[in-house]
Amino acid sequence: MDLSMRWLKDYVDLKADVKQFCSDITISGSKVESYGEEGAYLSNVVVGRVEEIERHPDSDHMFVCQVNVGAEELVQIVTGAQNVNKGDYVPAALHKSTVLHEGKEVKITKGKLRGIASNGMLCSLSELGLTVHDFPYAIEDGIFILGDDCDKTLGMDIREAIGFNDTTVEFEITSNRPDCMSVIGLARETAATYGIPYNVKKPEYKGIDGDVNDYLKVAIHNTDLCKRYIGAIVKNVKIEPSPRWMRERLRASGVRPINNLVDITNFVMLEYGRPMHAFDLRYVEGGEINVRNAAEGEKITTLDGVERTLTSNMLVIADAKKPVAIAGIMGGEYSGIMEDTTTVVFESACFDGASVMTTSKKLGMRTDASARYEKGLDPHECYEALMRACQLVEELGAGEVIRNYIDCNYQSEEPRTVEFNADWINRFLGTDIPEAQMIEYLNRLEIKVENGKAISPWFRIDLGVKADIAEEVARLYDYNNIPDTIIRGVAEAKLTDKQKFERSIRQALIAMGINEIATFSFISPKYFDKIRLPEDSKLRNTVKIINPLGEDTSVMRTTVLPSVCEVLARNYNFRNPEAYVFEMASEYLPVEGQELPVEPVRLGIGVYDTQDSFDFFDLKGIVEGIMKKAGVTGYEVSRPGENCTFDEVVSFHPGRSAVISCDGVELGIFGELHPAVCENYGIGTRAYAAKINIPELMEKGTDEHKYTPLPKFPATTRDISVLCDAELPAAELEKAIRGAVGGILEKVTLFDVYTGEQIGEGKKSVSYSISMRSHEGTLTDEQADKAMEKVVKALAALGAERR
Amino acid sequence: MKEQLKSIEQRAKAELEQVSDIKLLEDIRVRFLGKKGELTGILKQMGKLSAEERPVIGQLANTVRADIEAAIADKQALIKSELAEKKLASERLDVTLPGKTPKVGRPHPLNAVLAEVEEVFLGMGFDIVEGPEVESDYYCFEALNMPKHHPARDTQDTFYINENVLLRTQTSSVQIRTMEKKKPPIRIISPGRVYRSDAVDATHSPIFHQIEGLVIDKGVTMADLKGTLELLMKRLYGEEAKIRLRPHHFPYTEPSAEVDLMCFNCHGKGCSMCKHEGYVELLGAGMVHPKVLEECGIDPEVYSGFAFGIGLERITMGRYSINDMRLLYENDMRFLEQF
Repeated sequence: MDLSMRWLKDYVDLKADVKQFCSDITISGSKVESYGEEGAYLSNVVVGRVEEIERHPDSDHMFVCQVNVGAEELVQIVTGAQNVNKGDYVPAALHKSTVLHEGKEVKITKGKLRGIASNGMLCSLSELGLTVHDFPYAIEDGIFILGDDCDKTLGMDIREAIGFNDTTVEFEITSNRPDCMSVIGLARETAATYGIPYNVKKPEYKGIDGDVNDYLKVAIHNTDLCKRYIGAIVKNVKIEPSPRWMRERLRASGVRPINNLVDITNFVMLEYGRPMHAFDLRYVEGGEINVRNAAEGEKITTLDGVERTLTSNMLVIADAKKPVAIAGIMGGEYSGIMEDTTTVVFESACFDGASVMTTSKKLGMRTDASARYEKGLDPHECYEALMRACQLVEELGAGEVIRNYIDCNYQSEEPRTVEFNADWINRFLGTDIPEAQMIEYLNRLEIKVENGKAISPWFRIDLGVKADIAEEVARLYDYNNIPDTIIRGVAEAKLTDKQKFERSIRQALIAMGINEIATFSFISPKYFDKIRLPEDSKLRNTVKIINPLGEDTSVMRTTVLPSVCEVLARNYNFRNPEAYVFEMASEYLPVEGQELPVEPVRLGIGVYDTQDSFDFFDLKGIVEGIMKKAGVTGYEVSRPGENCTFDEVVSFHPGRSAVISCDGVELGIFGELHPAVCENYGIGTRAYAAKINIPELMEKGTDEHKYTPLPKFPATTRDISVLCDAELPAAELEKAIRGAVGGILEKVTLFDVYTGEQIGEGKKSVSYSISMRSHEGTLTDEQADKAMEKVVKALAALGAERR
Repeated sequence: MKEQLKSIEQRAKAELEQVSDIKLLEDIRVRFLGKKGELTGILKQMGKLSAEERPVIGQLANTVRADIEAAIADKQALIKSELAEKKLASERLDVTLPGKTPKVGRPHPLNAVLAEVEEVFLGMGFDIVEGPEVESDYYCFEALNMPKHHPARDTQDTFYINENVLLRTQTSSVQIRTMEKKKPPIRIISPGRVYRSDAVDATHSPIFHQIEGLVIDKGVTMADLKGTLELLMKRLYGEEAKIRLRPHHFPYTEPSAEVDLMCFNCHGKGCSMCKHEGYVELLGAGMVHPKVLEECGIDPEVYSGFAFGIGLERITMGRYSINDMRLLYENDMRFLEQF
């Protein structure tokens, strides 16, 4: 809402300057976004009178003017305009002035035009930043010749002379206060803020004899969506420009002046916050106004020239045959006021807010009218708006108003009341405001207090509960005067086990040198192809957004892997030599028969490093580090099997990926990304990724740590090297060793794997160091030898022969 | 013999003067004091001496041995310390060469700030509660006093999954879920992702984070809300932090307020950092609307409470002077490694 300060001051005697005003009214509840002065870019442009004008000796289209700007000497200015005559009053931009040229600020200085000195410039409307809508008697491509509606004091600043010096304050009006989307509403708030009177007189008009019913019939067919319809008739209309005071108030409010009748409806809408419409009676067939639902598929071409197809839940204003306006949004093509209009129907109605909002959204039309209606206006306020419009018609001499009017579906009601209890308000706010002061505040807002009830004025649709009254008191008291207190009572708070667990895993990853990332939770369905998911993968069953910003962000991710790949790719593109990243991120998995999906937390890790070596085993070390941090002990790492629960298995290098599981539950998958995936993402180096299911990890882990006594007796270490099939997993060898040594085993360490010509193709040599220790006493050689014999036997059973 | 002993002592000492190598020093020791050394040779001839001379020469010989031994020890210590000095000197490094830092990861700036905010609230007795991001219309809007067609819904451009399911536009949904399950006193914050269909630019993102707080108990006042926010800001921004409340409208609170933080740069006078307003908009807050309490089965005649919502991006960007929100979701290592 753009408020003209000039207009505001018609109603309140405001003393504060605009900056102070903006601050004060913001604190009392009407938030100011910004403010600005009209024509602030103009400087040193004054009113001048052309005393002499003659042709330029060296040009056939230029003139040399002697301009009186109220100073002792005349100013010589050369102009190329053809519409200037002796005696004309003109805007004269003097030496060192600023005007607009093609919308940009330009400096004017004295100079010579074809050898003749020119000490300034005569200005057109556009050079001042105005249009012919602001001064309809002026011409577009010529000098602005000041009319009688301008102050012609020579030398006067042009902005003041033509009333182009208003200040506009832009308000952010919240949806509960449509009454403040009006000059009067904000005048009322201004008066309440300062505790000063505001002077709005009840509008009245004289009217002429006649009967409105001879011209107009109004029928409301849907009384739920139209709570009131008032129609009046204006005869003998004279279409002409409206006066300057009206034009400049409209301009400062951001509305273009058109002609007197249109301007009146716009003026009333801005002043009272009540949208109005004016129909040319010639185009209202049968003189009938029918407020009804549109027929399904019914068409109307609106004022903006666009044909709209309507549906049956949209409300229209129709004549005997066709719709002439979409109720509360926009009139039809022929419904408006034209140059030859003679009889006008004024409409001031109350349409249902939700209905206007739905229709305006469906049709994609948001207008000044719909923006006001959709917040819910009160039917009682229709009347004053109509009165004001009729008053203005008489004041402007724009036509003759028939004295009586049609008022359809008006239901007079008792005013709305809310409980008023000063003690409760003070208890609720934590304040100590005297009751009399509260009542005074409320009275300023036209809220009367009688017998413990606050009586809401009609324009306040938002006062429904006693907390609303508390807010009215609090905002005039100033929120910032409410004391600061500490909540009573003690409360203990702690993190849940889940929160603690997730924090500890995050910290572990950070300690391992991996950076945390944050990625969008919605992705493109195409990303599933990029990570090579099969067509029938369960992960392609997503939660889909029906109104996404674009395909790239149209489905909720069912796997964190694409998000991680995306980040690796982006960093690779940025030519960053390495990226070590992780995220604790949600996946969104639809559940058959449930309204909402489940949102399990996953750990996604991604790494590439073009400088230092990073390989599968570095990643495995990180994953095992997480197992250790999570307190998962009995985990197994194996090549992904046929029934791998992770569909992302296809995104990994088949020979360089593994699943990690515990008690038969797969906790995660990790490994080198499949070269095809790297290619799809444009990652030109080996890249690694992991996905770990956090809830399952937490389930298998424990954060209980119990001290084991430090050993009292020395350990005995034996090394063994075996030759076996290259394909035999080392984990099986280790498992065999563990089983064979039994209770005295302390540690098995693999210290060498060798393949090469000496040992034959398809074979490998694996060497372990086996550390044994007893807690009862020092192990004897015999005990150790015996254990080693078992080890040799167990390994042999796997086809691994001692070397 | 006396002269011979004197001569040995003099020669030994003279040689010791010259020596600078630990090995040559040992040679000198062997040559003079060793089993086949000169001094031993002389002592072997002691038998030839008279009974009167023997003790005199014996004592002298012992003195000479002790003197030489002491001289050798001194020299040895000297050479060792010289060697040590030399070694230290030779091991001198250019300490200005770059260090070798082990890889250290960083928390994402949003999470670093979130953790800090959470600590403050935990200290003030607020539990941390989470809830679903894909949410039903009921928890996100209806229970919050925003029935379908409510004009305030318009200000929160919503992503819909279907007519009744959406991506939550605010974590207030978690407050409703909490109030349904838990009876007062309630003191929680609900941090998390929220979604609004804003195109990505320097100050907008379709995904961002909120931290909403909720306190419900008997006799909770608006003064308590003010005091809590004041305390929060002081903990987050230091004792100098000053806030300003402005009336506002949220359907789920009444009275409602927007809370501004006084600009640190100009202390409220107005500068380019705060767009000449002196204050920077920080969060929304208010007293929980009685209809919301009723909807959750809490009697508004008995209980009252307040709620507030903070944008995590806003405080994070303020904290680190980040001027473009896109950086937070781009995950460029050169950005992430700065925190």
